[in-house]
Amino acid sequence: MAGVAVSTTINGDAVEYLCQPDETLLEVLRDRLGLTGAKEGCGTGDCGACSVIVDGRLVCSCLVLGAEAEGRKVETIEGMAHGDQLHPLQQKFLEHAALQCGICTPGFLIAAKDLLAKNPSPTEEEIRFGLAGNLCRCTGYDKIVRAVQDAANVMKGA
Amino acid sequence: MRYIRPLSIEDAVGELAKAVGPAAILAGGSDLLVRMKGGFIEPELIVDIKRIGGLSDVTETADGFRIGAAVPCAVLGENKALRKAWPGVVEAANLIGSKQVQGRCTITGNLCNASPAADSVPALVAAGAKAVIAGPSGKRTIAVETVPTGPGRTSLAKGEIIEAILLDKRPDHAGDAYLRFIPRTEMDIAVVSAGVNLTLDDHGAIKTARVALGAAAPTVLLVEEAGQVLVGSKLDEATLERLAKICSGACRPIDDKRGTIEFRRKVAGVLAQRAAAIAYKRVGGK
Repeated sequence: MAGVAVSTTINGDAVEYLCQPDETLLEVLRDRLGLTGAKEGCGTGDCGACSVIVDGRLVCSCLVLGAEAEGRKVETIEGMAHGDQLHPLQQKFLEHAALQCGICTPGFLIAAKDLLAKNPSPTEEEIRFGLAGNLCRCTGYDKIVRAVQDAANVMKGA
Repeated sequence: MRYIRPLSIEDAVGELAKAVGPAAILAGGSDLLVRMKGGFIEPELIVDIKRIGGLSDVTETADGFRIGAAVPCAVLGENKALRKAWPGVVEAANLIGSKQVQGRCTITGNLCNASPAADSVPALVAAGAKAVIAGPSGKRTIAVETVPTGPGRTSLAKGEIIEAILLDKRPDHAGDAYLRFIPRTEMDIAVVSAGVNLTLDDHGAIKTARVALGAAAPTVLLVEEAGQVLVGSKLDEATLERLAKICSGACRPIDDKRGTIEFRRKVAGVLAQRAAAIAYKRVGGK
């Protein structure tokens, strides 16, 4: 198979890579670019652990081809904190102990960031519906919902 | 395998028409990539249609709406004019998958994947939507219900691409609705579903009606008799009873782990009644 040359933007940086035509964006991020924050849970778009934002849309990177990222703007969990300064969502996930094993956490943080960007004051129900594409088998979700609510309050005040 | 990203529909059609091995069209990929991963399809050519001009746009025309084949369902939900004119179509499209899937999945893909349980298709069929097809011998426009011919099969010929879905301009007093039954609160595949589209006359009686059922037969069913029974009524109890009976009778469902034949028949009737009531209420009928 002939490789596909891709020029894209990831977390604000211009990035170029060669990938196979059937390679997913998740595989490119993890195996070619060393951005291992996005996780492969199911590989079929059911669990949300590989969530990234492409041109302002939340997507599962396991359901996007690496070749499709040409000319797009990709945001991953690696771009969420500024140096040592955690994003309010990351800070609140820590404070509320909204994670245990941590595999789903990058996906939840990206999905929550997207949710708050579109709806800065979500109700509990809106948070639960908004994050329904992300599965967590540890926390039972309550702590995640509370962390997102708390982060929303902090971000509104900021 | 080859991945190409044509800039014109003619180039896309040309590449598909001359493809030797299996070829696949990629818009949102939420079905295609899962099928590739599962080994159900091994395309030698993937034609990404997202860079073709117009295919990523929702356009309001003199005749209604033109929804490009690559428009993600999330965009439909964000379009106020479309939501106002066709709330049933939009609510059906927005039921497909999670936020992540919504950012990618398309109603054209939902139609061409040809699942009997596709959520947007009963709503599109009830709406009388049409598909604009580009192919080696030019363009043609067909009713959406003639696209799927069986589970996973469509009437599209080699080299043909659906480039847009058309929805008519709404007259006054028109409304539609879609309901599905799933055992969870969201993100599941319809066990059975119903789409209803109504227009009313100036006195609040139903002037025209289309009823479609999902997951009730090998393809989404347009139940013409169910539409006819609603015409002239104001959705009184007796009419609703007849509607349910006709819909239950029109079903040719399967028995599987998600529902029995008996259950699907019963629920198809109930959902048609409820969807009709919602559509009627949306028009302003009481």
